[in-house]
Amino acid sequence: MATSDERVPKIMKQGRVVPWLYVAPALLIMTAIIMYPAINTFLLSFKNADGTLSAASACVPGEPCWGIFENFRYALTAPIMQSAFRNNLLWVILMVGGTVSMGLLIAVLAERVRYEALAKAIIFMPMAISFVGAGIIWKFVYAYGTGRVQIGLLNAIVTSLGGDTVSWLSQPAINNFSLIIVGVWMWTGFCMTILSAALKSVPDEILEAARVDGASEWRVFWKIMVPIIMPTIAVVVTTMVINVLKVFDIVYVMTGGNYGTEVIANRMYGEMYISHQSGRSAAIAVILILLTIPFMIWNVRRLREQEAIR
Amino acid sequence: MAGVIYDHVTKRFGEVVAVNDMNLDVPDKEFLVLVGPSGCGKTTALRLLAGLEEITSGEIKISDRVVNDVAPKDRDIAMVFQSYALYPHMSVYDNMAFGLKLRKTPKPEIDQRVKDAAEILGIEMLLDRKPRQLSGGQRQRVALGRAIVRNPQVFLMDEPLSNLDAKLRVQTRAEISKLHQSLQTTFIYVTHDQTEAMTMGTRIAVMKDGILKQVDTPQKLYDHPDNMFVAGFIGSPAMNFFETKLSGTAEEMYVEGPGFKLRVPPDKTKALKGHLGKEVVFGIRPEDIHDRDFAPPGITAEPVTTMVDVTELMGSEVYVYLLSDSKSFIGRFAPRTSARVGKQIDAGFDMGNVHFFDRSSEKTIR
Repeated sequence: MATSDERVPKIMKQGRVVPWLYVAPALLIMTAIIMYPAINTFLLSFKNADGTLSAASACVPGEPCWGIFENFRYALTAPIMQSAFRNNLLWVILMVGGTVSMGLLIAVLAERVRYEALAKAIIFMPMAISFVGAGIIWKFVYAYGTGRVQIGLLNAIVTSLGGDTVSWLSQPAINNFSLIIVGVWMWTGFCMTILSAALKSVPDEILEAARVDGASEWRVFWKIMVPIIMPTIAVVVTTMVINVLKVFDIVYVMTGGNYGTEVIANRMYGEMYISHQSGRSAAIAVILILLTIPFMIWNVRRLREQEAIR
Repeated sequence: MAGVIYDHVTKRFGEVVAVNDMNLDVPDKEFLVLVGPSGCGKTTALRLLAGLEEITSGEIKISDRVVNDVAPKDRDIAMVFQSYALYPHMSVYDNMAFGLKLRKTPKPEIDQRVKDAAEILGIEMLLDRKPRQLSGGQRQRVALGRAIVRNPQVFLMDEPLSNLDAKLRVQTRAEISKLHQSLQTTFIYVTHDQTEAMTMGTRIAVMKDGILKQVDTPQKLYDHPDNMFVAGFIGSPAMNFFETKLSGTAEEMYVEGPGFKLRVPPDKTKALKGHLGKEVVFGIRPEDIHDRDFAPPGITAEPVTTMVDVTELMGSEVYVYLLSDSKSFIGRFAPRTSARVGKQIDAGFDMGNVHFFDRSSEKTIR
């Protein structure tokens, strides 16, 4: 070691300064495009619509007012926002549940298919399409016409079977589900790919041992496979929760948040660029960040644990 | 408790025939060892019995029940895998109890059986640990324990010792033999190690290229191999083979090899009569080649003049690599031998224990 130490130029020695030197470019970039906007957003959330005065200035006498937290009052109590939170919760439950369970099911089944790679490639394909593209594709699937000829795939099927056309995207009882299905369609491939890789890392001999031990395929799946890949399932679930909390594109393209399909991120966009309420928009952004942070922390921890096991 | 029968069993993977028309009858309580070089089909034969591979043709019976279409879980067998295949997310206790829980065994009984098995194997203090907290030897015991608690009709073991270090392997070898004696159950044990086969098996089945070459007790396999493959595979160091020619007459027969011409003892000439004047393969085990000066009394040690090429002192004996007319072979000499590298020495071939094989069929001439 002594000899190699002498040969290394002084600047290359691991001191206190050199590591910072390497990290500095990344830090500068991240400060400029993440830290600064984040702090600014946080500050804006306490300001009025154009960011010139305190949020308290928007208070109307005689109506509820949270002073400097006025924007948060709006974000948490306005009926349209509450509908957005409810819808987002529905999105999280159905889309995370749907993508992870479908992904796992397909990952397990694909292993027994002869053209495994092809099957998986097809299921993964929607991931390669932009959200906007997917939204437009599905708008055609859900298209609702008043005439005799239906150009929407789903309504064409319904009418050919003798049923009445359904307005998939504007009927409040079903439109949220219609949108969530698009999300599931897009993200199932992602979950499948990661879970499939985890399943492949489970040694065949362990599954065979369980079979010889007396386990049916069902038991092998639930008692052996699932527990062994649980850390990966947890990471996929948290990743998906974060994804779904931020859902925006599908809703924006397909319904624009109308007919009771509003979600948090779309609301944030609407307040900023349609209502020009930068303070409210910032407050919604802060709430969204606060919602995702616990999942991010948990996700990072699980990843570390997984690495520790390996 | 049950016997196992392979009846014309064949297994193909596409074009490859892994097990070729295998016929084997393993009686109840036998310790049968399937041995052969890697890729000979021994593991496949075991997996067919376990139900982990489908039989292409033929039948396998466990206690007279044809199990071709019976799922592994319903065959009442237990298997120990080479990698142990412990369930990584379960404690040692749960690993052992898993099979019993699946069979809805009452809890107190599970507890009793797991504790009993743990005691037999000396792993009582490990029951709460996870597999990754165990050493290789401990994992191996847990894998054995998982098989024992099930109290199956047949134990299957697929190279269970190959991941252990040499010392532990010898120790565990003896323990598995003991286990077989106390459990009084049929064991079918796969290994590539002929020493394991010789030391553990009631009978040994030697396989090569998917074909069962010979099935017999260790002693008989060693003394009377059916063919050159078995003769060369069983025994360490392996039997020496020489390309030779039989000459002389039916009464006074000689075997002529590279640099030697030896008298065939009268009791062997009868079987060899048909091959007189023809080329045969002559086989002799290293322990039947002696330093002529120290040959044990009472044997017919025919002299062969050799050059000493290499010597390997093993402690209780010396492996001497000899050259006779540039053909190399091994002798196991007593350590007091005067054999020194580069020197000439008179070796004595014990003609009472030699083997002759047909050159084309490689079968023993008897």
